[in-house]
Amino acid sequence: MLVNQFLVVAALLFSMGTYGLLVRRNTVMILLSVELMLNAVNINLIAFEAYLRTSEAIGQVFSIFVITIAAAEVGIGLAIVLMIFRNRQSANVDEYNLMKF
Amino acid sequence: MIDFLVLAAEEGAHGGSFSEGGFFADTAGIMLISPFVAFLLIIWLGKRMRNDGAEFAIGAMAVNLVWASVLFFQNMTEGIVREVHFEIANIGRFQGREMIFELGWMVDGLSIMMYFVVSFVGLLVFTYAVGYMHGDRRVPWFFAAFSLFAGSMLILVGAPNLIQLIIGWEGVGLASYLLIGFYWEDLENVKAGNKAFLTNKVADVGLILGAILVGMSIGDFSFPAISEAAAAHSEALGAVAFAGGLLLFFGAMGKSAQFPMHIWLPDAMAGPTPVSALMHAATMVTAGIYLMARTFPLYQAFAEENGIREWMIPIGVITLFAMGLLALVADDIKKVLAYSTVSQLGYMMTAVAAGGYTAGLFHLFTHAFFKALLFLGAGSVIHAVHSNNMSDMGGLRKDMPKTFWTFVIGSVSLAGIIPFAGFFSKDEILATLDYEGYVAYMWIAIAGAFVTAFYMTRAVALTFFGTYKGHGHPHESPAIMTTPLILLAIPSAIAGFLNIPGVKLGSFGNFTEWLGARIVPMGDHHPEAIDWTLAAYGLAAGLGGIAIGWLLYGRDAETQLARDRLEIPLLYPLLRRKYFIDDAALGLVGFTGGPLARATDWFNTYVLDNIVNGVAGAVRYAGRFVYGGLDQRGIDGIFNGLSAVADSAGSSLRKLQTGRVQQYATSVVIGALVLVVVVVILQ
Repeated sequence: MLVNQFLVVAALLFSMGTYGLLVRRNTVMILLSVELMLNAVNINLIAFEAYLRTSEAIGQVFSIFVITIAAAEVGIGLAIVLMIFRNRQSANVDEYNLMKF
Repeated sequence: MIDFLVLAAEEGAHGGSFSEGGFFADTAGIMLISPFVAFLLIIWLGKRMRNDGAEFAIGAMAVNLVWASVLFFQNMTEGIVREVHFEIANIGRFQGREMIFELGWMVDGLSIMMYFVVSFVGLLVFTYAVGYMHGDRRVPWFFAAFSLFAGSMLILVGAPNLIQLIIGWEGVGLASYLLIGFYWEDLENVKAGNKAFLTNKVADVGLILGAILVGMSIGDFSFPAISEAAAAHSEALGAVAFAGGLLLFFGAMGKSAQFPMHIWLPDAMAGPTPVSALMHAATMVTAGIYLMARTFPLYQAFAEENGIREWMIPIGVITLFAMGLLALVADDIKKVLAYSTVSQLGYMMTAVAAGGYTAGLFHLFTHAFFKALLFLGAGSVIHAVHSNNMSDMGGLRKDMPKTFWTFVIGSVSLAGIIPFAGFFSKDEILATLDYEGYVAYMWIAIAGAFVTAFYMTRAVALTFFGTYKGHGHPHESPAIMTTPLILLAIPSAIAGFLNIPGVKLGSFGNFTEWLGARIVPMGDHHPEAIDWTLAAYGLAAGLGGIAIGWLLYGRDAETQLARDRLEIPLLYPLLRRKYFIDDAALGLVGFTGGPLARATDWFNTYVLDNIVNGVAGAVRYAGRFVYGGLDQRGIDGIFNGLSAVADSAGSSLRKLQTGRVQQYATSVVIGALVLVVVVVILQ
C-alpha cells in the first residue's frame, strides 16, 4: 500500500512540529513549527485523495484552503510578533506573560 | 299586687289612653343635645365672651325650659307617652332575639317631670352662678363642666333603655367628679372628688350587673319592654327580679347616697356652692330615685313573691333617720344641708321601695325646689361672710333680708309645715307607709320629720338670728343671685298644691295622673282625701322640731354657741364622728392601703412580675436564638460558606492561568493524546 509511507512521513512531520511548538522559545520558530504541522496535514489530505481517487478532488481543494489560511495565519502571527518585539526587545515566548491572572 | 298596673290604667281619668305629644315630643331630643352644644361652644369661645361662656350654658337651659314647660303643660291636659329611638348598633343575637343598641329619648310623665326639674333648677342655678362665680378661677371651664353635668342628667332621664341610662349615669359621675374637685389646688378637694367618684364606681358595678341581668333575661334593654314584661308577669323576668332588682338598687344606693354609701355626699361640698345646689336638687342624687321609678314595674310586679321590699326599705329608713341626726351637730352650713339631702333621699327611697311611686317622685319634685333654694341661700350667705361655718355667722336677717326670707321659706317647706310644698310630699310618703302596712317605719319617718325641723331651725337660728360672729360687714348679694332665690321660693311654697289628694287640677287629674303616663300606665294607692290624723302627726313632729330648735338656739343670742353643745355622752361623739362609718370606710381603705396593699404589692412584685419577666425572658431568649443561632449562624452561614467555597476554589483555580502559551499548548496536546488513547482503547 502506497499510502502508509505518506502517512508515516506526515506523522513524523506533525510530531516534529508539535515538538517545536512545545519546546522552542523563539516565537518565530514556534510559528514555523505550526507551519510544519499544517503541512503534515496537507500531506495526509493529498495522500488520502490519491488513495481513494475521488472524482471531485476534495483533498486537493482542502489543501489549497489550508495553504491559504496558513499564509494568512503567518502574516498575522508575524505582525503580532513584530509588535511585541518592538515593545519588549525580545522574541522569547516566556516573556510574553501578560495574559494571566 | 300585679293588679295595680291594670287597675291604674282602668281607674285613671285618661282611661289608659295617652297622646303622642306632637311637635315638642318629637323634638324633645333637643333637650338632650343642647347642653353638649353649649359645652363645646364654651370650651371654644368661652374665654372671649363677656360672661365667660355662661351665656351658652344659660341659653341651652332656657331652650330646654321652653321645651320642658310646654311638655309639662301638655302632659297636664292629655298625658304624653312617646318614645323616639334610633338604632345605633346590633349587639348580636341572644336567645333568638336581636339585641339592638339604641339611643333616643322617652317623653312620658316621669321623664317630663325630670326634664322640667332639671331645666328649671338648672336655669336658675346657672344664672345664680354667674354672680357667685364672678371673678373666680377657670370660670369658662366651670360653666362647661356645669353644662356637661346637666346634659348628662338629661341623657340619663331621657334614656329609653338601660344602656343609654348607664351612659348618662357615668357622664353625671364624671361631671360631678370634675366639679367637686373644681378647686383642685387644694388636696382636700381632690380627695373629696376621688371619694365621690370611687364610691359611685362601687355602686356602678351593681347597676351594670343588674342591667345586664335584667336586659339579658328578656333579651331587651328598653324600659317599655321591661315594663311590659313585668306587667305580663313574664317568667324570665321573674327569675331575675330579685337579684337584678337588688343590683339595680345597689347602683341607686350609690348615686342617691343611701346608707352606707352616703359618705361621698357631705364631702362633695368641696365644690362651688352652685354645684352643690344642682347636685342635690336635680342632677345627681335624684338619678338613683329616678332609676327606681323607671324600673318600678320590675319591683312592683314581683314584690309579693320575692319580698324584695323588705331588703330595700330598711336602707331607706336608716338613711332618713340616722343621717338627719348628723345634720344636728354639723357646724358647716353646707354640711347641714348635705345631711339633710341624704335624709330626704332616704324618704324618697323608702317611699319608692315601699311601692309609693308617686309619693317618692313627688317628694323628689318638691325637694328639688326647696333644696336648690336652701343651697343657693347658703351660697349667698357664704358669699357675704366668706366662711362656711355657722359659728362665723349670726344676725344676718337684717343685712340680707331677701336671702333670709327665701331661706326661711325653704326651711319651713323642708320641715313639712302646712301649706308649704314639703308638707304635702312628706305626708304622701307617710300615707304610703301607712297604707302598705309599714307602721313601724312610718313612726320612724315621723321622728325623722321632727329631726328635720329641728336641724333646719338650728341652721336658721344660728345663721340669721342672734349676733354676728364673723369678720367684716356682710352685704346682701347682687340681684343676679337673689332673683333665682325668689323664683325658687315660689314653687317651694306652692308646689305641694299640685298633688292634694282628691283635688283634680283640670281634666287630667293631678300630679299622680301626670306621673302615671307611662307605656304601662303607672299608679299606686292614692287616697281620695288627706288623712288628717296622719297629717297631724307629721305636722306636730315638724312644729315640735321647730319649737325645740327655737327654744335651744333662737331666743338667747349670746349663748347660741354655748348651747350648740348637745353633748349627750356617747351620742354626741357618735354623731360628730358620723357613726364611724367614714372611719370604717377609711379604715377599710387604710387596710387596703396597708397590709392588703403590701400583700398585693408583694404578689405583684414577686409573683406576677416574675411570671411576666419569665415570659419576656423566654421570648427574648427565643428571639436571640432565632437571630443569632438560626439566622446569623445558620442561614447566613450557609450562604457565606457557599461563597467562601466558591471564593477559595476560584483563587486556587486561577493559578492555572499562567499566561505561558506553551503550557496551554502542552495541556491541549496531552488532552488530545489522552483522547486518542481512549478512542484506541475503546475500539
